Amino acid sequence: MRSLLLRALIEGPAVIDRPEPDSASVSELARALADRFRQRLGRSLAIREVDAGSCNGCELEIHALNNPVYDVERFGIKFVASPRHADVLLVTGPVTWNMRQALERTYAATPEPKWVVAAGDCAKNCGVFAGSYACVGPVSAVLPVDLHIPGCPPEPLDILKGLLALIEASSA
Amino acid sequence: MMAAPAIEIAELAGGKTAGLDGFHRIKVKERTWHELAAGCAAGHQDLGGMWFDSGAIQMLLFSEQQKMRAIVALAARSGVYPSVGCYHAPAIRLERALRDIHGTDPQGLPDARAWLDHGVWPSAAPSQKSGKRPARNYEFLSAEGNGLHQIPVGPVHAGIIEPGHFRFTANGETIVRLEERLGYAHKGIEALCKGADIDRAARLAARISGDSTVAYSFAFARAIEAALGWPVPRRAEFLRGIMAELERLANHINDVGAICNDASVVVLHARCAHLREQILQVSKSCFGHRLMMDCIVPGGVSCDLAPEGRGAIEQLLKHCAKQFEAVVHVYEEAPSLQDRTVTTGIVRPALAAQFAAGGYVGRASGRKFDTRAIFPYAPYGLLKFDMAGRSEGDVDARLMVRVDEVRSSIDLIRQMLELLERGPIRGPAPALKAGEGAAMIEGFRGDIFIRLRLDKHGRLAHFHARDPSWFQWPMLEAAIEGNIVADFPLCNKSFNCSYSGHDM
Repeated sequence: MRSLLLRALIEGPAVIDRPEPDSASVSELARALADRFRQRLGRSLAIREVDAGSCNGCELEIHALNNPVYDVERFGIKFVASPRHADVLLVTGPVTWNMRQALERTYAATPEPKWVVAAGDCAKNCGVFAGSYACVGPVSAVLPVDLHIPGCPPEPLDILKGLLALIEASSA
Repeated sequence: MMAAPAIEIAELAGGKTAGLDGFHRIKVKERTWHELAAGCAAGHQDLGGMWFDSGAIQMLLFSEQQKMRAIVALAARSGVYPSVGCYHAPAIRLERALRDIHGTDPQGLPDARAWLDHGVWPSAAPSQKSGKRPARNYEFLSAEGNGLHQIPVGPVHAGIIEPGHFRFTANGETIVRLEERLGYAHKGIEALCKGADIDRAARLAARISGDSTVAYSFAFARAIEAALGWPVPRRAEFLRGIMAELERLANHINDVGAICNDASVVVLHARCAHLREQILQVSKSCFGHRLMMDCIVPGGVSCDLAPEGRGAIEQLLKHCAKQFEAVVHVYEEAPSLQDRTVTTGIVRPALAAQFAAGGYVGRASGRKFDTRAIFPYAPYGLLKFDMAGRSEGDVDARLMVRVDEVRSSIDLIRQMLELLERGPIRGPAPALKAGEGAAMIEGFRGDIFIRLRLDKHGRLAHFHARDPSWFQWPMLEAAIEGNIVADFPLCNKSFNCSYSGHDM
């Protein structure tokens, strides 16, 4: 264990530099937040992730945000265990009928002010699952969505750029 | 249980030749169906899946000793057929799911509850004929005794996890009973595939379980190739194998770290997550997608490996081998870690055998089954590897099976890079025609099975996929009994069953 820790010190950090916030996300957010009271988040985001029926591909890439390369906690982005601690619901998947109620309740349990980010093509337009008897629709069919991050699945860097845009927009 | 003599599939299939895809096709009468089900219960053969197509209830039976796989069909025009679950418990959830989706009526099935249908779909599933819908309140199995309390968990969990519900009944800290309720991620994939062309169905198959996207595409491609007689070039076979092993490597390494994380050794988690990231980055540079989604297609692969890609993979393997061994060394030398994993969450070998639990769950409990070794498919027939195995059945055994498989995957990729020749990467598409095909592929989690049927225009008339999780989720319920609630995350991670793959 000691040699492992020592090696980590010698090798130095694996993190990448801070990417620029995604410009498309900034403009989508400007529209979404224009008529809403802007409240400062102290430049940090507490995120509750909700899988509303994804294939788990998006979850893998969201998980990757916490690895030593992206290390999102350095930007004040933190994944929390309860919606009661969250500023943001990060929702993936086409919303299945079987998950609809759980998603609505999670949203209801999240205190104001709150934002909803829909990650992945399925969350945006149901992706390949559009038209299924078992899917309600995209996340926007169930909750008001402030930001979409497309991709199948979106890469960690894309998710990070979107979340950074959200921090900028909400604290502007 | 009804009494019926137990028979082996070998008695029925003996002497006959299997289809090109390696599966026997046997039509049976009701009496033989009973006897085969009793044969499963007696341990003569394993049940590998059930589906309903063309007015017939069908099941996959296989025997690792006899190296034989058979698709057994029983005509059931109205959907009424004798339940397999009343003989052989592993069939119960399969039959409940079929009843929800197709309106089949398994006579004698000992569980009347719905499984995938939570009673909230606006209409019944398209293939479900009867309009009968399940009640919205779901009755969990009971546990009685002094001082018992229930802990409901999910479908929204504390971490970044898929949706599912766990109902614990505990006495203080000790779990007396765990019952799972799944189906939250049900997306109706089989119905979406019906009538779809091959390209669309391939994209759907690749999204059954994102962590096994390569394995699912692999299985789908092989089933289509069997149905149409589509030849695959040698180079494509090796590229498929390389992708499949990279996927296994990324998942196994990540999960070893995640198990250590659940035992609070964060530094190993960080190491492993970093390794996974490096594997995904190389996968993207070589094949164009971090998870290699849609890279395996019927007839071959969609992207070739550039000459510099080979060097990148070789370097990655060298780096992974060195770094991962350092992680394993820490794991083996840390009594505080072993204290959490050894003797925690034991799956008894008899139970793993009964359920034909695939992957590391079965192999950690003495079940010597790995599709790559027992029913080898291209390119594995040309490669050498030792099947990993343990018999303790605890979290430690499942972790160590994965450690061994990381080592063998690294070696397998090296062998394949050596054997990789120049050539085309996709075989010429044959004329579309009606046909049927099946395939079994060893994903990182275990054996994935796909069976499909094409109509004369080459569109999918039937599609069925069975994730290994179907036979692993019930093991988790058994493994956790008598353990403390605080050890559940550790146990669950050592299984890492797929919710989406199961719910479909």
